[in-house]
Amino acid sequence: MIRISIRKKLHLAGGKGELNIDAELGDYSFTALYGPSGAGKTTLLRIISGLLQPEQGIIEVNGQTWLNTAKKINLPAQKRNIGFVFQDYALFPNMTVQENLLYALPPKVDQSKVKSLLATMGLQNLAHQKPELLSGGQKQRVALARALVRQPQILLLDEPLSALDNITRIQLQNELQNIHQQHQLTTLLVSHHVPEIFKLAGQVIQIDAGQLIKTGTPNEVFGIHTHHEGITLTGEVVTLLPGNIEVLTAYGLISIKPSAQTVGLAMGDKVTIHAADLSLVKLS
Amino acid sequence: MDYQPLWLTLKLALVTTLCLLLVGIPIAAGLAKSKSKLKPILEAIISLPLVLPPSVLGFYLLLAFSPNSGLGKFLESAFNLRLVFSFPGLVISSVIYSLPFMVHPVQAGLEALPRSLREASQTLGKSNWQTFTQVLLPNIKPALLTGTILTFAHTLGEFGLVLMIGGNIPGVTKVASIAIYDEVESLNFSAAHRYAAILLVISFVILLTVYLTNKRLSKQKLPV
Repeated sequence: MIRISIRKKLHLAGGKGELNIDAELGDYSFTALYGPSGAGKTTLLRIISGLLQPEQGIIEVNGQTWLNTAKKINLPAQKRNIGFVFQDYALFPNMTVQENLLYALPPKVDQSKVKSLLATMGLQNLAHQKPELLSGGQKQRVALARALVRQPQILLLDEPLSALDNITRIQLQNELQNIHQQHQLTTLLVSHHVPEIFKLAGQVIQIDAGQLIKTGTPNEVFGIHTHHEGITLTGEVVTLLPGNIEVLTAYGLISIKPSAQTVGLAMGDKVTIHAADLSLVKLS
Repeated sequence: MDYQPLWLTLKLALVTTLCLLLVGIPIAAGLAKSKSKLKPILEAIISLPLVLPPSVLGFYLLLAFSPNSGLGKFLESAFNLRLVFSFPGLVISSVIYSLPFMVHPVQAGLEALPRSLREASQTLGKSNWQTFTQVLLPNIKPALLTGTILTFAHTLGEFGLVLMIGGNIPGVTKVASIAIYDEVESLNFSAAHRYAAILLVISFVILLTVYLTNKRLSKQKLPV
């Protein structure tokens, strides 16, 4: 169990703000951190990893205190057993793929660990390449493999798949899923991509402007609810024309024909869309 | 022809460069990492030799090193070391004079590295020393080369400072630039010409090496 409670001043796009997060990550859970750019997602990851210190906060990992500002405890990043995959991969340009992994190997640990990781990640043929010659997907694999060398307690992934094409992205999603299952790692993934979150995460933490908006399963957070009336989806009215109403949902814009029920709606109203109201046409 | 001034020049340049690698890299690393409000002051002090006439720097160092000053007295009584008109004195003043030529490129190189390289190394459990020597320094090779060569070449070309601190003692402080001046003073143009031509060729070859090597190194783009 990982318990996080953080207060940190932020410089947001709209002026100064505060990161204010209380959250718990279950053992071996896969949690997605979701929110717009500048919401404080990366800042939160950096605080958990020890790269950044908050003004106030507590981080406890499986009963061990990593941070407690009241008691002046603050383990440096080196002492926190984490795997961090950076958005820009942060592979060391002066080392080959294999050397990048060997560098991460703790002293007195057998080198076979690196060999087996290279094999399971499909990187054997690239072992002696320098990172500059790799494609985005390959760099991502190396960064993941390197983060796993230390057998971390938490894997922190800062939008690792955002710069990849769709096919590579799906391949790497599958690999992340496998890694999570095989290594039994508590994983925290920053992602903007709702389908990705549905595929990978069991829990979502939604933040905006440093504040916790919602936590729960992807279904709970992204507004799909199944109940006696069928499936509903929540959203916000963004277009209001005589012949067309558009609702912004986590899945994009959905157009609705005005009806007796939509009389009196105003821009910005929160609404639920019932699956039963939408028409359905089979693709030819 | 007396080759001693040329050897002395090369020896001074080599010792100065080695000292500056030891002194300049930590200073550059400290400045690159620092967010202190005092940083601009330190940067200005380090850059002073770029704009000051060498005679100004030489004059103040001469005062500081003189056996009548506090520092000079202390060095002489504690270490039996007299810096004025001596080779160690030349080395120390050359180190100060060439400091910006080492610190600036190395600091710029370190500042241009993505922050995530250092942080990735930290999250892999590596100490600051391991991170610095195994990740940061190997990735700023062009900057290190530039700093080293510029320091060396700049020391070769010293004149005013060497004259103030070292004077013209054959075998001890009479470097090539001083020898040229000396020969011209005594109207011995052909000897002056030889020293000057040799310095010119050495300096050109050194600078050419820097540009050729940096062109080759910069082709190996720094990926992130």
